Amino acid sequence: MSLQVSDLRVYYRTLAGDVQALDGATFSIADKEIMGLAGESGCGKSTLGNSLIRLDGRMKYVAGSVTLDGNSLPVWDNDGMNEFRFRDVSVIPQYAMSAMNPTRKIGTMIAELLESRGESYKEIRPELMRRIDLVGLQPDVLSRYPIELSGGMKQRMVMVISTLLDPSLLIADEITSALDVSTQRAVAETLVSFRDHGFVKSMMVITHDVSILYQTADTILIMYAGKLAEKAPTKTIIEDPRHPYTRMLISSLPEVGVRYANKKLSGIPGSPPALLNPPTGCRFRARCPLAFDKCAEEPPFIEIAGDHSVACWKATRADA
Amino acid sequence: MRRYFGRKLLTYLITFFVAATIDWMIPRFMPGDPIAVLVAKTNGISSQSAQYLVDYYNNLFGLNKPLPVQFLNFWSSLLHGNLGLSIYGDGTPVTQMIMAAVPYTLALLIPSILLSWWAGNSFGALAARRRWLDNTILPVGYVLTATPYMWLAIVLSFVLSFSLRIFPLSGGYGFNLEPTLTWLFFTDLVAHWVLPFMSLFLVMFGGWAIGMRNMIIYELESDYSRYLAALGAPQGLIRKYAFRNAMLPQITGLALQLGVIVAGALVTEIVFSYPGLGHLVFQAIENEDYFLLQGIFLFIIVGVLLANFIVDIVYVIVDPRTRVAMRGGTA
Ligand SMILES: Nc1ncnc2c1ncn2[C@@H]1O[C@H](COP(=O)(O)OP(=O)(O)OP(=O)(O)O)[C@@H](O)[C@H]1O
Ligand code: SF4
Ligand SMILES: [Mg+2]
Repeated sequence: MSLQVSDLRVYYRTLAGDVQALDGATFSIADKEIMGLAGESGCGKSTLGNSLIRLDGRMKYVAGSVTLDGNSLPVWDNDGMNEFRFRDVSVIPQYAMSAMNPTRKIGTMIAELLESRGESYKEIRPELMRRIDLVGLQPDVLSRYPIELSGGMKQRMVMVISTLLDPSLLIADEITSALDVSTQRAVAETLVSFRDHGFVKSMMVITHDVSILYQTADTILIMYAGKLAEKAPTKTIIEDPRHPYTRMLISSLPEVGVRYANKKLSGIPGSPPALLNPPTGCRFRARCPLAFDKCAEEPPFIEIAGDHSVACWKATRADA
Repeated sequence: MRRYFGRKLLTYLITFFVAATIDWMIPRFMPGDPIAVLVAKTNGISSQSAQYLVDYYNNLFGLNKPLPVQFLNFWSSLLHGNLGLSIYGDGTPVTQMIMAAVPYTLALLIPSILLSWWAGNSFGALAARRRWLDNTILPVGYVLTATPYMWLAIVLSFVLSFSLRIFPLSGGYGFNLEPTLTWLFFTDLVAHWVLPFMSLFLVMFGGWAIGMRNMIIYELESDYSRYLAALGAPQGLIRKYAFRNAMLPQITGLALQLGVIVAGALVTEIVFSYPGLGHLVFQAIENEDYFLLQGIFLFIIVGVLLANFIVDIVYVIVDPRTRVAMRGGTA
């Protein structure tokens, strides 16, 4: 097991109270596994991704533990996390286009970043050049400023930088959404090749576009309103989803297995509950066609078959 | 790069031409007659000789020619470095009077601009990371930057020289001294310089400190800072980047502020009767000496434009983005 997350809760502090954006996540990612994380906008995907590497100012760690390669990650301790960042957990942020300092040459920035982490730029440089070539960039990008690169080039450059120290876990947050269809495909393929080359051991690919996951992800985790709904191998999620939300999500896609890049998660009537004072019981209840009395209690996220976990009273065979 | 500076230079030349033309126009279309003032100084002469004097002076200063000719004469003598004769200075060349005043103004301006810029930016950067500094001294910065130059100058001169008698009240040096290369004269010069310097320094300091503090906080929250933090870069590196990037708008800010600062220096000099250009402007207005006024304004215009041009060049050197844009890089 590469990553194990258990009962992780992270809230946003606001004047009105706590926004329960991540409310008890328990799952694991195996070595070599690329896990897709999908769900409607605002369901807490970025919150989950960020809490594995860096909580920003307004995020409040509430409970839970994270273990990576047998080491417990002090996710609540900003300074304590520093030694794990980049080397063990790394991120390709949602804002990859603006992630590089605009007034530094890219090579200079990488050198300063590496040296500040106690790594030798000189030793890493040959590998850096190899990877720059691998993603189809020219060696001279290092002597350019970010402004001189196109969006897709910046994206690839950030992908190379983030994975330079061969992290065990890479979090890629919405890295395809700002790109056109053909670039999206290239980026997805690059992610897979990074795993195949062993640059990263396992990966969490966050997206609200499930179709991008079909050819990228080994497993898919579906979130709904701050909670985990279902996790299973990609094939199972597509062919035999158990959670009503997942089913509606998948059937709202025109044709399974075919890429519909512009197909977003929409078309499910109603909208997710506010996370400031979320309803008790199953959070999907208000929109669920199968809801029944028992759903006033919160369904546990449990394994119903090997590698297949669901949080729904109807999904467990005994109740079905 | 060549084209960029060529364009800039052209803009500056046009600005100069327009400003100089306005400068030529204002005194000529203003009410008041400087020759009459001059002739009135020589009291006790007959009206006939007074008329003779008026004609003589009009001829001397070229005021009896048609306006277009005066305008052409103005430009031709300007290009020869001749700004005319001062009426208030009893015929002393205007250039000579300006040159006598300029060292005082520069001695106020250059140290106050550079020091306040340096100190304000350092302080602002510090305030961005020390909560207690931010909470205590920053409000003072807001008060300072909102204070008119003249007002601060009056307060300083009232408290520190009129009441406490720590510094001399006015002038460039003591009335009892002659400009000499002695230690005594030098210390006296410095003592007279401190208060006008302080009033300029303090107001500008407040502005720079607040600007820098806000810029740094903005940069620290920007995407590249977040990315570095997510990759575990130490605070030192993140702060260094944020500081460098926050400096850039401060350089542009300096260019924008130069005109205001010069105006501030002029009123400060008037408050302290400090013998720089501001003081001279005051005298010129009082005596309706429009050659002098015109000359001083022209000098100030050239000075401000030149300083702006320098800041433009510095900006291109320090901000790689402008250089990239000039090479036609993809944005
Ligand atoms: N700074 C914040 N303050 C308060 N609430 C926040 C803040 N950031 C996010 N939230 C709330 O937390 C919830 C989860 O946000 P998050 O960014 O994790 O969603 P997401 O699934 O990544 O959405 P998207 O697909 O739009 O990126 C949202 O309901 C959002 O309103
Ligand atoms: S627990 Fe109930 S409400 Fe929730 S998804 Fe299952 S059936 Fe629907
Ligand atoms: Mg997000």
